[in-house]
Amino acid sequence: MRDKSKPLTTDPSPRFFTLEDYEGQVPRWCSGCGDLPVLTAVQRICRDEQLLPERTVVVSGIGCSSRFPHYMKTYGFHGLHGRAFPVACGIRSRRPDLNIFVATGDGDCCAIGAGHWIHAIRYNMKMVVMLFDNNIYGLTKNQTSPTTAKDANSFTHPEGSFISPLNPIAVTLSIANVSFVAQTVDWNPPHLYATLLAAHRHPGLAFVRILQRCPHFTAKVYEPCQRDPSLLLLMKHPDGIPVDDMVAKIFKNQVDHDPANLLEAQDLAVRKEIYPIGLFYRNESAERYDHFSRYGADMDQSEKVKAVEKELDHFQI
Amino acid sequence: MNLSTSIATTKREASAIEPLAVSEAIIEIVSDSGEGSQTVGQIFGIVSARMGNGTWTVEIIPAEIEPPSRSPAGASGNRVRIGTDVVTNMGDTADVAVAFNEQVLYSRTDKDAFREGSHIFIENKWASSPQESIRKAYATALAEFRSYGYDLHEIPMEEECLRHVSDAKRGKNIWVLGLLCALYDRDLNLAREEIERKLARKGAEVVEKNFTLLQAGYDWGLANLTFRFIVPVRPSKEAMVVMNGNQAIGLGAMAAGFEVCSMYPITPATSASHYLASVFKEAGGFLHQAEDEIAAIGFAIGTSYAGKTALTITSGPGLALKTEFIGLAVMAEIPLVIVDVQRGGPSTGLPTRVEQSDLLAALFASPGDSPKIILAPSTIDECFHFMITARRLAEMFRTPVIVLTDANLATGVQPFPRPKVSEQWMAAPVDMSPWDKSVAPYEWDPKTGLSQRPIPGQKDGQYILTGLAHDEKSHVAYVSKINQRTHEVRSRKLATLQRSLNPPVPNGDPEGDVLVVGWGSTRGAIEEAVEKIRQEGEKVSSLHLRILSPIEPGLKDILSKFKRVITVEINFSDYPDPGDPAGDARRYSQLAFCLRSHTFIDVDCLSMVHGIPFSPAIIQTEIRRILKSLNST
Repeated sequence: MRDKSKPLTTDPSPRFFTLEDYEGQVPRWCSGCGDLPVLTAVQRICRDEQLLPERTVVVSGIGCSSRFPHYMKTYGFHGLHGRAFPVACGIRSRRPDLNIFVATGDGDCCAIGAGHWIHAIRYNMKMVVMLFDNNIYGLTKNQTSPTTAKDANSFTHPEGSFISPLNPIAVTLSIANVSFVAQTVDWNPPHLYATLLAAHRHPGLAFVRILQRCPHFTAKVYEPCQRDPSLLLLMKHPDGIPVDDMVAKIFKNQVDHDPANLLEAQDLAVRKEIYPIGLFYRNESAERYDHFSRYGADMDQSEKVKAVEKELDHFQI
Repeated sequence: MNLSTSIATTKREASAIEPLAVSEAIIEIVSDSGEGSQTVGQIFGIVSARMGNGTWTVEIIPAEIEPPSRSPAGASGNRVRIGTDVVTNMGDTADVAVAFNEQVLYSRTDKDAFREGSHIFIENKWASSPQESIRKAYATALAEFRSYGYDLHEIPMEEECLRHVSDAKRGKNIWVLGLLCALYDRDLNLAREEIERKLARKGAEVVEKNFTLLQAGYDWGLANLTFRFIVPVRPSKEAMVVMNGNQAIGLGAMAAGFEVCSMYPITPATSASHYLASVFKEAGGFLHQAEDEIAAIGFAIGTSYAGKTALTITSGPGLALKTEFIGLAVMAEIPLVIVDVQRGGPSTGLPTRVEQSDLLAALFASPGDSPKIILAPSTIDECFHFMITARRLAEMFRTPVIVLTDANLATGVQPFPRPKVSEQWMAAPVDMSPWDKSVAPYEWDPKTGLSQRPIPGQKDGQYILTGLAHDEKSHVAYVSKINQRTHEVRSRKLATLQRSLNPPVPNGDPEGDVLVVGWGSTRGAIEEAVEKIRQEGEKVSSLHLRILSPIEPGLKDILSKFKRVITVEINFSDYPDPGDPAGDARRYSQLAFCLRSHTFIDVDCLSMVHGIPFSPAIIQTEIRRILKSLNST
């Protein structure tokens, strides 16, 4: 048997992974669901980056988008409603070797899991967080979520939601130690891919809000910006999300935004009537909790025994 | 404990008098919060343990950090029981008490802490307070205490301290420690060592000042005490350690090879984490203070899922918040250790006080059927060793294990044989070599329910863990038969564990009139009470359960050999009297509830929620009552 105290060795035989190596069960999302293009983008990133499937973990909460792990052929953790963050942080705590993706929805992240969301951003442990924001509870069938627009109908608010929605980007940008905040849309695959890839390469917690369609309950929410890309504001910068000219040219509205500029990012985040997409903010030198939590992970057993014996000496009478 | 009669014969002498040998003593030190009486109790207890006495200490803790001074609610301190033999509980009434003011004593008299003849030393400065209301309160209290027959000694604590320090608030406690060392003939060198250990970080000057106060209290005691005692020692041949239950939990977690302790502050569990925080790094561990109780267990579950050993430590309200995650750990079979240091409930209840009210919550408080292992250490020694057992069971049975201790164990200090630490305890939980592709992530053995788990990083072991109903491949399955079968395999794991256990052995004869069954911290008091009654020739035995889920084997046989069976538990039950308003709706204590349903035996219970441990005397009274009713029928 292998010496368990030694770190894992890399596979001696070269392996090449194709998309199929990341494809799990057949997705059971509705046709036209915005989750599907995100799944494809993540699988492509895994392949393009040649991530070891066994070193990749997708963690989710509960909801339509939280079914995500089942459709991957990596490791996955489909846990409790709102609790993907603590689980993902725990996985990361002693395992710097794993690639961690978190799939969470607007109910999962911004309502029941909001406390964990704030603290996970602050911990800044390396992982990609994908907020699938379709402005509605889908799996439980059409209830108002924290991002549902004011006056929009749902089964819990048939006469329209009472108050204005929460802005997940503005909230995230306001959290201490935030290190990567981006926004993209499910219907523009190149931008989606480029954003998630940048998130994957970020040394810390990368928070990506994906504006996303629910064909059943919120089909109309993003329809105007799908039809008219001028309702989106493309944030451009050499340090931002790299976008091909081919892709960029469909966006009439563009803005130069340096992702090092937090105040400007916060200003962009609260724009009305237009959705900025791209990178709001990046700080690669933010403190990382996983640098602390992994302390001692490689300590060998005899050293641990010594430490316990030393403590027992303190208590000996 | 016949001290009072022996004391009466002692005469006042001009110089230090010879101490009188007694087999045991119970001493209480009570003060306002912040006056340091807990320090006195702790040091006195450790000095006694180091001298070779059996020792048990119980903390008297107010709920607030700075409660009002001179108030019964603010009483803070320690009870120390020392003996020639092993001491396992707080005992009955105290022989000696030192009170820094008269009001804090009320908090003890209302708990029947003293008896006629108990020696109470009380600070006399209040008699000459410039405030009339204080002088009056002091006089009233003393008259009341005298009427109870206490032997009151008004002593000039502050006045004596002021001879050596300018502010008596700091250091009065150490003067009292000196006095107690004189009273019980303690080794002053040991006391000095402990003072130094406690105060060294405050600098040499502070340590010196406290040495002076210690000596002053000691000298004053020798010159003025009209009685002194010695509790002879029977030193142990083996190396002993002394610590409280929460330290034992923390150190046990380190010895068990836990890598991560994920917690959220809650009384009375937090001191275990404080201890871990101060030393865990030395053993390569990490203490995570999460944003809430739910995140604390979620983080531990994530750590464990990733193949690293994790535990979470909490108290009742925290356990309540964690129940959904505990259900997930049961469903997805994630090894995890959860320590619940129980306190008074329901709701916020009595945060600093002892109760054993979380047994049913631990057993049942998760959505759906969620079988898990529950252990209950009954001594400080077991607090340490059960952590090693808990980790092993969690991994072997791929399940959460709940360890139920309580506020009494958490703060109780008792010497026990120094554990022999083994490297095996710390072995990594899993082999990370490639997974055999033909083995499913939940390849349940149909007989035992056991299966092996793949860990992220293990090649070919990829699977998606889910809290949804799932088949052995961990694929979501809503099929009736699969759901029925997976419930069976999870339940079977408990049966498998039970089959590996020996039936518990009663303390005393295996048959008789009365069997007293307990769990957790009540063991010392129960066994002492039963022992005393057995000495009177009665057929009484006791049985202490360490594993509460699965139920230990053979209980029906054991219980059925006694005419009456009662549990003794620090939780609530309705009174058994036929006239009690509860009537037919009577609710039983939690272990009694379990034993009744498991054995069909008419198990009764003695329970209370006074927020204090049971004294042996209360248990004796109940056993006598039952014996009397047996004889009259």
